[in-house]
Amino acid sequence: MMLTCKETTRLVSQGLDRELAFGERVALRLHLAVCLGCRRARSQMRFVRKAVRELVEIDLETSL
Amino acid sequence: MPPPADFRAQIEALRPYLLRFASLQLRDAAAAEDAVQEALLAALAGEAGFAGRANLRTWLTGILKHKIVDTVRRQAREPALPPEAEEGPEELDALFARNGHWAERPAGWGDPDGALGQSQFFRALETCLERLPSRTAKVFMLREHLGLETPEICKELDITPTHCWVMLYRARMSLRECLQQTWFGK
Repeated sequence: MMLTCKETTRLVSQGLDRELAFGERVALRLHLAVCLGCRRARSQMRFVRKAVRELVEIDLETSL
Repeated sequence: MPPPADFRAQIEALRPYLLRFASLQLRDAAAAEDAVQEALLAALAGEAGFAGRANLRTWLTGILKHKIVDTVRRQAREPALPPEAEEGPEELDALFARNGHWAERPAGWGDPDGALGQSQFFRALETCLERLPSRTAKVFMLREHLGLETPEICKELDITPTHCWVMLYRARMSLRECLQQTWFGK
């Protein structure tokens, strides 16, 4: 059964917090292969993680 | 090992950094100040623990993280504030059509890493973080700023893993949407 985009983004998010089960990974891969919107959402969620990690460094430098 | 006065001065020099670090999580200047003060006192008392380590800031930040988690735990035990309008799923639902597919496909962000070199981008990110409901923001920052694993977050805040994942999901989707509107879509 194909995942919806809503289910896909939820799994993408959970994949940042826990190890996904084999079946979840397969379903995710199948959906992402054909869905540009979800691929974008995935890379954007990863980017948000990266940006938040840099937040404390950057702002201090500019406020000095 | 540096002499004590020198060590104290080096630690003091890092106070602004540590305050900023604590404020991002606690969103409360007084609480952040207290956590930093406790961390600095612990650092001075445990100077020996630093001997031989390469990076003073990393070491101090590690101590501060524990103090911040202590604060979050204390706050979680305090009598609950009037229940916050539980972060409504409406906003998220609006992103998807009835059938669970995108109502409007997310736009591409090109090469977003370029934004990481711009201080205005980080202002925009902070504004987006401030817009999150406070519980959602707390969970999100424990995860992404302090780097706690979800089981630890659940334990500290006494919530279920499922609830935790839902809040993290909402936070990420809201931030993504907010950055689209205030930065990448401009």
